[in-house]
Amino acid sequence: MADNSNRLQPGRRQFLSKAAATATLLALAPGVRLVDLARARAEDEPVTAAVRWGMLIDTTKCAQGCDACVRACDTEFGLTTSDRPEIDAHYIRKLDIRDEHTGKTYSLPMLCQHCEHPPCVDVCPTGASFRRADGMVLVDKHTCIGCRYCMMACPYKARSFIHEELTTQLSHAPRGKGTVESCTFCAHRVDRGQMPACVESCAAEGHHAMVFGDVNDASSEIGKRVRQVPSRQVRADLNLNTAVRYEGL
Amino acid sequence: MKLVSLGLLGVLVVAAGQAGDSRITEPSWPPARAKFSDIQGCVEPTEVMRKDHMRFLFHQRDRTVHQGIRTERHSLVGCVDCHSGEDQNGKPIPINAAGQFCQSCHAYAGVNMDCFQCHATTPPLQTSASYFPTKIAKPMTVMTLAALPANAWYLSCDG
Ligand code: SF4
Repeated sequence: MADNSNRLQPGRRQFLSKAAATATLLALAPGVRLVDLARARAEDEPVTAAVRWGMLIDTTKCAQGCDACVRACDTEFGLTTSDRPEIDAHYIRKLDIRDEHTGKTYSLPMLCQHCEHPPCVDVCPTGASFRRADGMVLVDKHTCIGCRYCMMACPYKARSFIHEELTTQLSHAPRGKGTVESCTFCAHRVDRGQMPACVESCAAEGHHAMVFGDVNDASSEIGKRVRQVPSRQVRADLNLNTAVRYEGL
Repeated sequence: MKLVSLGLLGVLVVAAGQAGDSRITEPSWPPARAKFSDIQGCVEPTEVMRKDHMRFLFHQRDRTVHQGIRTERHSLVGCVDCHSGEDQNGKPIPINAAGQFCQSCHAYAGVNMDCFQCHATTPPLQTSASYFPTKIAKPMTVMTLAALPANAWYLSCDG
Protein backbone atom coordinates (compact mmCIF):
# COMPACT_ATOMS: atom_id res chain seq x y z
CA MET A 1 0.00 0.00 0.00
CA ALA A 2 2.97 2.32 -0.50
CA ASP A 3 1.57 5.50 -1.88
CA ASN A 4 4.05 8.16 -2.75
CA SER A 5 1.49 10.62 -3.97
CA ASN A 6 1.64 12.73 -0.87
CA ARG A 7 5.33 12.70 -0.29
CA LEU A 8 6.51 16.10 0.76
CA GLN A 9 7.05 17.82 -2.54
CA PRO A 10 7.47 21.55 -2.66
CA GLY A 11 5.14 23.28 -5.04
CA ARG A 12 3.43 20.09 -6.09
CA ARG A 13 -0.04 20.90 -5.04
CA GLN A 14 -2.46 23.37 -6.52
CA PHE A 15 -4.71 25.21 -4.16
CA LEU A 16 -8.38 25.45 -4.17
CA SER A 17 -9.22 29.10 -4.29
CA LYS A 18 -11.27 28.71 -1.15
CA ALA A 19 -8.32 27.25 0.71
CA ALA A 20 -6.03 29.98 -0.46
CA ALA A 21 -8.47 32.59 0.77
CA THR A 22 -8.65 30.94 4.16
CA ALA A 23 -4.88 30.68 4.31
CA THR A 24 -4.60 34.42 3.72
CA LEU A 25 -7.01 35.03 6.53
CA LEU A 26 -4.97 32.80 8.77
CA ALA A 27 -1.79 34.61 7.95
CA LEU A 28 -3.37 37.64 9.57
CA ALA A 29 -3.87 35.81 12.81
CA PRO A 30 -0.99 33.37 13.14
CA GLY A 31 -1.24 30.62 15.70
CA VAL A 32 -4.87 31.24 16.44
CA ARG A 33 -6.48 28.67 14.20
CA LEU A 34 -5.18 25.96 12.06
CA VAL A 35 -6.81 25.64 9.07
CA ASP A 36 -6.62 26.14 5.47
CA LEU A 37 -7.63 23.00 3.71
CA ALA A 38 -9.31 21.15 6.52
CA ARG A 39 -11.70 24.04 6.68
CA ALA A 40 -12.18 23.92 2.96
CA ARG A 41 -13.30 20.32 3.26
CA ALA A 42 -17.01 20.17 3.90
CA GLU A 43 -18.04 18.48 7.11
CA ASP A 44 -19.35 15.44 5.28
CA GLU A 45 -16.48 15.06 2.83
CA PRO A 46 -13.76 12.46 3.36
CA VAL A 47 -10.19 13.55 4.02
CA THR A 48 -7.96 13.41 0.98
CA ALA A 49 -4.28 13.01 0.22
CA ALA A 50 -4.16 16.62 -0.96
CA VAL A 51 -3.30 17.44 2.63
CA ARG A 52 -0.49 15.91 4.60
CA TRP A 53 -0.57 16.88 8.22
CA GLY A 54 2.82 17.34 9.76
CA MET A 55 4.61 18.80 12.73
CA LEU A 56 7.88 20.65 12.99
CA ILE A 57 9.46 20.72 16.42
CA ASP A 58 12.13 23.30 17.15
CA THR A 59 14.32 21.68 19.80
CA THR A 60 16.04 24.99 20.47
CA LYS A 61 12.74 26.41 21.72
CA CYS A 62 11.60 23.34 23.62
CA ALA A 63 12.34 24.07 27.27
CA GLN A 64 14.00 21.53 29.48
CA GLY A 65 11.70 20.69 32.38
CA CYS A 66 8.58 21.84 30.58
CA ASP A 67 5.93 19.19 30.03
CA ALA A 68 3.01 21.40 29.00
CA CYS A 69 2.45 19.34 25.85
CA VAL A 70 2.32 16.08 27.79
CA ARG A 71 -0.16 17.49 30.29
CA ALA A 72 -2.33 18.99 27.57
CA CYS A 73 -2.40 15.64 25.80
CA ASP A 74 -3.33 13.78 28.98
CA THR A 75 -6.18 16.21 29.59
CA GLU A 76 -7.38 16.15 26.00
CA PHE A 77 -7.62 12.38 25.85
CA GLY A 78 -8.48 11.73 29.47
CA LEU A 79 -5.27 9.76 30.01
CA THR A 80 -5.30 9.14 33.70
CA THR A 81 -2.65 7.63 35.87
CA SER A 82 -3.21 4.47 37.87
CA ASP A 83 -1.64 2.77 40.84
CA ARG A 84 0.57 1.03 38.30
CA PRO A 85 2.22 3.97 36.53
CA GLU A 86 4.30 1.62 34.39
CA ILE A 87 1.17 0.71 32.43
CA ASP A 88 -0.10 4.28 31.94
CA ALA A 89 -0.78 5.30 28.36
CA HIS A 90 1.48 7.97 26.86
CA TYR A 91 0.81 9.55 23.52
CA ILE A 92 3.65 12.01 23.94
CA ARG A 93 6.78 11.90 26.10
CA LYS A 94 9.39 14.47 26.93
CA LEU A 95 12.92 13.26 26.24
CA ASP A 96 16.14 14.81 27.45
CA ILE A 97 19.02 13.58 25.37
CA ARG A 98 22.73 14.26 25.47
CA ASP A 99 25.28 14.05 22.72
CA GLU A 100 27.86 11.76 24.29
CA HIS A 101 30.71 13.32 22.32
CA THR A 102 30.02 16.98 22.88
CA GLY A 103 27.88 16.88 26.00
CA LYS A 104 25.27 19.08 24.32
CA THR A 105 21.80 18.39 25.71
CA TYR A 106 18.50 18.56 23.91
CA SER A 107 14.96 18.45 25.17
CA LEU A 108 12.22 17.32 22.86
CA PRO A 109 8.76 15.82 22.73
CA MET A 110 8.53 12.37 21.17
CA LEU A 111 5.21 11.24 19.78
CA CYS A 112 3.85 9.13 16.95
CA GLN A 113 5.81 10.33 13.93
CA HIS A 114 2.93 9.64 11.53
CA CYS A 115 5.18 7.93 9.02
CA GLU A 116 4.39 7.74 5.36
CA HIS A 117 5.45 4.08 5.54
CA PRO A 118 4.39 3.15 9.05
CA PRO A 119 5.83 -0.14 10.36
CA CYS A 120 2.81 -0.48 12.68
CA VAL A 121 0.52 -0.61 9.66
CA ASP A 122 2.78 -3.15 7.94
CA VAL A 123 2.62 -5.60 10.81
CA CYS A 124 -0.98 -5.21 11.93
CA PRO A 125 -2.76 -8.50 11.21
CA THR A 126 -6.26 -7.05 11.27
CA GLY A 127 -5.96 -3.79 9.40
CA ALA A 128 -6.75 -1.87 12.58
CA SER A 129 -3.56 0.18 12.22
CA PHE A 130 -4.03 2.35 9.22
CA ARG A 131 -2.86 5.53 7.63
CA ARG A 132 -5.58 8.04 6.90
CA ALA A 133 -5.45 9.67 3.47
CA ASP A 134 -4.22 12.92 5.00
CA GLY A 135 -1.30 11.20 6.70
CA MET A 136 -2.53 10.54 10.21
CA VAL A 137 -1.55 7.10 11.44
CA LEU A 138 -4.37 5.80 13.60
CA VAL A 139 -5.79 2.70 15.24
CA ASP A 140 -9.32 1.65 14.46
CA LYS A 141 -10.04 0.30 17.89
CA HIS A 142 -13.13 -1.46 16.63
CA THR A 143 -10.86 -3.81 14.71
CA CYS A 144 -7.84 -3.93 17.04
CA ILE A 145 -7.40 -7.30 18.74
CA GLY A 146 -4.74 -6.08 21.13
CA CYS A 147 -1.96 -8.29 19.78
CA ARG A 148 0.52 -5.42 20.20
CA TYR A 149 2.58 -6.29 17.12
CA CYS A 150 2.43 -2.61 16.26
CA MET A 151 3.98 -1.67 19.58
CA MET A 152 6.90 -3.97 18.87
CA ALA A 153 7.28 -2.64 15.35
CA CYS A 154 7.24 1.07 16.20
CA PRO A 155 10.80 2.46 16.32
CA TYR A 156 9.59 5.44 18.35
CA LYS A 157 7.87 3.56 21.16
CA ALA A 158 4.85 5.69 20.41
CA ARG A 159 2.07 3.26 21.21
CA SER A 160 0.42 2.23 24.45
CA PHE A 161 -1.80 -0.67 25.38
CA ILE A 162 -4.77 -0.31 27.69
CA HIS A 163 -4.49 -2.97 30.35
CA GLU A 164 -7.41 -2.17 32.60
CA GLU A 165 -11.08 -1.44 32.22
CA LEU A 166 -11.83 2.27 31.97
CA THR A 167 -14.97 4.13 32.94
CA THR A 168 -14.08 7.79 32.62
CA GLN A 169 -13.68 8.13 28.88
CA LEU A 170 -14.38 11.46 27.22
CA SER A 171 -16.99 11.72 24.47
CA HIS A 172 -14.47 12.67 21.83
CA ALA A 173 -11.83 10.15 22.91
CA PRO A 174 -13.19 6.63 23.14
CA ARG A 175 -10.65 4.19 24.61
CA GLY A 176 -10.95 0.81 26.20
CA LYS A 177 -9.26 -2.22 27.59
CA GLY A 178 -7.50 -4.55 25.19
CA THR A 179 -6.74 -2.07 22.45
CA VAL A 180 -3.64 -0.17 21.44
CA GLU A 181 -3.60 3.58 21.03
CA SER A 182 -1.26 6.42 20.25
CA CYS A 183 -1.12 10.06 19.25
CA THR A 184 -3.83 10.81 16.70
CA PHE A 185 -2.46 14.25 15.80
CA CYS A 186 -5.69 15.23 17.56
CA ALA A 187 -7.68 14.14 14.51
CA HIS A 188 -10.91 15.06 16.31
CA ARG A 189 -9.71 18.65 16.71
CA VAL A 190 -7.94 18.98 13.38
CA ASP A 191 -11.06 17.75 11.56
CA ARG A 192 -12.86 20.72 13.10
CA GLY A 193 -10.15 23.20 12.27
CA GLN A 194 -8.44 23.33 15.64
CA MET A 195 -4.78 22.83 16.48
CA PRO A 196 -3.64 19.70 18.30
CA ALA A 197 -3.79 20.17 22.06
CA CYS A 198 0.00 19.91 22.54
CA VAL A 199 0.74 22.57 19.96
CA GLU A 200 -1.79 24.89 21.52
CA SER A 201 -0.37 24.41 25.01
CA CYS A 202 3.22 24.88 23.89
CA ALA A 203 2.26 28.21 22.35
CA ALA A 204 0.24 29.16 25.43
CA GLU A 205 3.35 28.59 27.55
CA GLY A 206 5.16 30.98 25.26
CA HIS A 207 7.57 28.44 23.81
CA HIS A 208 6.17 28.05 20.29
CA ALA A 209 8.38 25.02 19.78
CA MET A 210 5.77 23.11 17.76
CA VAL A 211 4.33 24.06 14.42
CA PHE A 212 1.51 22.00 12.99
CA GLY A 213 -0.13 22.18 9.61
CA ASP A 214 -0.32 20.95 6.07
CA VAL A 215 3.21 20.31 4.81
CA ASN A 216 1.93 20.02 1.25
CA ASP A 217 0.78 23.61 1.48
CA ALA A 218 3.84 25.68 0.59
CA SER A 219 2.21 28.82 1.92
CA SER A 220 1.36 27.48 5.38
CA GLU A 221 3.70 28.23 8.25
CA ILE A 222 4.95 24.66 8.41
CA GLY A 223 5.03 24.39 4.64
CA LYS A 224 7.37 27.39 4.47
CA ARG A 225 9.53 26.30 7.37
CA VAL A 226 10.17 22.76 6.16
CA ARG A 227 11.16 24.15 2.79
CA GLN A 228 13.53 26.75 4.21
CA VAL A 229 14.95 25.53 7.49
CA PRO A 230 16.99 22.33 7.88
CA SER A 231 15.05 19.73 9.77
CA ARG A 232 15.65 16.09 10.59
CA GLN A 233 13.66 12.93 10.92
CA VAL A 234 14.47 10.76 13.89
CA ARG A 235 15.83 7.46 12.53
CA ALA A 236 15.85 8.85 9.02
CA ASP A 237 17.84 5.72 8.13
CA LEU A 238 14.60 3.74 8.27
CA ASN A 239 13.19 5.69 5.32
CA LEU A 240 9.78 6.06 6.89
CA ASN A 241 9.31 9.67 5.78
CA THR A 242 7.94 10.83 9.08
CA ALA A 243 5.47 13.70 9.30
CA VAL A 244 7.11 14.91 12.50
CA ARG A 245 10.43 16.61 11.93
CA TYR A 246 12.89 18.18 14.32
CA GLU A 247 14.80 21.40 13.94
CA GLY A 248 18.09 22.07 15.76
CA LEU A 249 18.80 18.42 16.40
CA MET B 1 -48.06 -41.89 26.99
CA LYS B 2 -48.19 -39.56 24.08
CA LEU B 3 -51.22 -37.84 25.54
CA VAL B 4 -49.53 -37.51 28.89
CA SER B 5 -46.46 -35.97 27.27
CA LEU B 6 -48.56 -33.53 25.34
CA GLY B 7 -50.45 -32.63 28.48
CA LEU B 8 -47.22 -32.14 30.34
CA LEU B 9 -45.87 -29.98 27.55
CA GLY B 10 -49.04 -27.90 27.72
CA VAL B 11 -48.58 -27.33 31.42
CA LEU B 12 -44.94 -26.40 30.91
CA VAL B 13 -45.80 -23.94 28.17
CA VAL B 14 -48.46 -22.30 30.30
CA ALA B 15 -46.08 -22.18 33.26
CA ALA B 16 -43.33 -20.70 31.11
CA GLY B 17 -45.75 -18.15 29.73
CA GLN B 18 -46.83 -17.03 33.17
CA ALA B 19 -43.30 -16.95 34.53
CA GLY B 20 -42.25 -15.00 31.44
CA ASP B 21 -44.85 -12.34 32.01
CA SER B 22 -43.69 -11.66 35.51
CA ARG B 23 -39.95 -12.02 34.91
CA ILE B 24 -39.43 -9.90 31.84
CA THR B 25 -39.67 -6.18 32.38
CA GLU B 26 -40.97 -4.24 29.47
CA PRO B 27 -38.34 -1.73 28.41
CA SER B 28 -38.91 1.84 29.51
CA TRP B 29 -36.57 4.76 29.41
CA PRO B 30 -36.35 8.50 30.03
CA PRO B 31 -37.68 10.65 27.19
CA ALA B 32 -35.25 12.08 24.65
CA ARG B 33 -34.08 15.63 25.31
CA ALA B 34 -35.03 16.96 21.93
CA LYS B 35 -36.88 16.20 18.75
CA PHE B 36 -34.99 16.00 15.50
CA SER B 37 -37.62 18.09 13.78
CA ASP B 38 -41.21 19.12 14.17
CA ILE B 39 -42.35 16.07 12.34
CA GLN B 40 -39.74 13.49 13.32
CA GLY B 41 -38.58 12.42 16.75
CA CYS B 42 -35.26 10.78 16.02
CA VAL B 43 -32.64 11.28 13.31
CA GLU B 44 -34.45 8.67 11.22
CA PRO B 45 -38.04 7.50 11.56
CA THR B 46 -38.47 5.66 14.84
CA GLU B 47 -39.38 2.33 13.24
CA VAL B 48 -36.21 2.48 11.16
CA MET B 49 -34.09 3.37 14.17
CA ARG B 50 -35.50 0.54 16.25
CA LYS B 51 -34.50 -2.01 13.69
CA ASP B 52 -31.42 -0.50 12.10
CA HIS B 53 -29.72 1.91 14.50
CA MET B 54 -26.61 -0.26 14.60
CA ARG B 55 -26.26 -0.07 10.84
CA PHE B 56 -26.26 3.70 10.98
CA LEU B 57 -23.76 3.56 13.83
CA PHE B 58 -21.43 1.13 12.06
CA HIS B 59 -21.50 3.19 8.91
CA GLN B 60 -20.90 6.44 10.72
CA ARG B 61 -18.12 4.93 12.81
CA ASP B 62 -16.18 3.86 9.70
CA ARG B 63 -16.72 7.24 8.09
CA THR B 64 -15.50 9.00 11.19
CA VAL B 65 -12.49 6.82 11.97
CA HIS B 66 -11.23 6.37 8.43
CA GLN B 67 -12.46 9.43 6.61
CA GLY B 68 -12.59 12.06 9.32
CA ILE B 69 -16.29 12.78 8.76
CA ARG B 70 -17.67 14.05 12.02
CA THR B 71 -21.23 14.90 11.23
CA GLU B 72 -23.52 14.50 14.19
CA ARG B 73 -26.58 12.97 12.71
CA HIS B 74 -25.65 9.32 13.15
CA SER B 75 -22.93 9.70 15.74
CA LEU B 76 -23.01 7.71 18.92
CA VAL B 77 -22.14 10.84 20.88
CA GLY B 78 -25.30 12.36 19.44
CA CYS B 79 -27.39 9.39 20.63
CA VAL B 80 -25.95 9.63 24.13
CA ASP B 81 -26.33 13.40 24.18
CA CYS B 82 -30.03 13.26 23.40
CA HIS B 83 -31.15 10.03 25.03
CA SER B 84 -29.36 9.92 28.37
CA GLY B 85 -31.35 10.57 31.51
CA GLU B 86 -30.58 12.69 34.55
CA ASP B 87 -30.95 12.08 38.25
CA GLN B 88 -32.79 14.49 40.59
CA ASN B 89 -29.72 16.72 40.79
CA GLY B 90 -29.48 17.03 37.04
CA LYS B 91 -26.46 14.75 36.93
CA PRO B 92 -26.42 12.57 33.81
CA ILE B 93 -27.00 8.85 34.33
CA PRO B 94 -24.89 6.53 32.18
CA ILE B 95 -26.96 5.47 29.20
CA ASN B 96 -26.00 1.85 29.76
CA ALA B 97 -27.23 1.87 33.37
CA ALA B 98 -30.31 -0.17 34.27
CA GLY B 99 -33.51 1.45 33.06
CA GLN B 100 -31.74 3.83 30.75
CA PHE B 101 -32.30 4.21 27.03
CA CYS B 102 -29.80 1.76 25.57
CA GLN B 103 -29.67 -0.72 28.38
CA SER B 104 -33.38 -1.23 28.99
CA CYS B 105 -34.14 -2.23 25.43
CA HIS B 106 -30.98 -4.28 25.00
CA ALA B 107 -31.77 -6.18 28.19
CA TYR B 108 -35.28 -6.83 26.93
CA ALA B 109 -34.01 -8.04 23.56
CA GLY B 110 -31.19 -10.01 25.17
CA VAL B 111 -28.58 -8.37 22.96
CA ASN B 112 -25.20 -7.54 24.36
CA MET B 113 -23.69 -4.18 23.52
CA ASP B 114 -19.97 -3.40 23.66
CA CYS B 115 -20.06 0.25 22.61
CA PHE B 116 -19.63 1.51 26.14
CA GLN B 117 -16.53 -0.45 26.98
CA CYS B 118 -14.81 2.40 25.16
CA HIS B 119 -17.35 5.14 24.47
CA ALA B 120 -18.50 7.72 26.98
CA THR B 121 -21.88 6.91 28.53
CA THR B 122 -22.85 10.48 29.37
CA PRO B 123 -23.19 13.59 27.19
CA PRO B 124 -20.07 15.62 26.33
CA LEU B 125 -18.96 17.89 29.14
CA GLN B 126 -19.81 21.55 28.83
CA THR B 127 -16.13 22.32 28.45
CA SER B 128 -15.85 20.23 25.35
CA ALA B 129 -18.91 21.80 23.76
CA SER B 130 -16.60 23.04 21.05
CA TYR B 131 -16.46 19.49 19.74
CA PHE B 132 -19.98 20.01 18.59
CA PRO B 133 -19.87 23.49 17.26
CA THR B 134 -22.68 22.97 14.80
CA LYS B 135 -26.10 21.72 15.66
CA ILE B 136 -28.26 19.81 13.27
CA ALA B 137 -29.74 22.66 11.32
CA LYS B 138 -32.09 21.39 8.73
CA PRO B 139 -34.18 18.30 9.26
CA MET B 140 -34.00 15.75 6.51
CA THR B 141 -37.00 14.61 4.59
CA VAL B 142 -39.01 12.19 6.60
CA MET B 143 -38.95 8.70 5.21
CA THR B 144 -41.35 5.93 6.00
CA LEU B 145 -40.39 2.30 5.94
CA ALA B 146 -42.48 1.72 2.85
CA ALA B 147 -40.81 4.58 1.04
CA LEU B 148 -37.31 3.28 1.70
CA PRO B 149 -35.58 2.08 -1.43
CA ALA B 150 -34.90 -1.65 -1.18
CA ASN B 151 -31.25 -0.99 -1.90
CA ALA B 152 -30.77 1.72 0.74
CA TRP B 153 -27.18 1.37 1.93
CA TYR B 154 -28.13 0.70 5.48
CA LEU B 155 -30.37 -2.17 4.53
CA SER B 156 -27.57 -3.86 2.64
CA CYS B 157 -24.47 -2.96 4.58
CA ASP B 158 -23.58 -5.58 7.10
CA GLY B 159 -21.69 -3.27 9.33
S1 SF4 C 1 -2.52 -4.29 18.64
FE1 SF4 C 1 -4.26 -3.73 17.35
S2 SF4 C 1 -3.49 -2.09 16.01
FE2 SF4 C 1 -1.68 -3.10 16.94
S3 SF4 C 1 -1.07 -4.66 15.43
FE3 SF4 C 1 -2.46 -5.70 16.89
S4 SF4 C 1 -4.51 -5.48 15.97
FE4 SF4 C 1 -3.17 -4.03 14.91
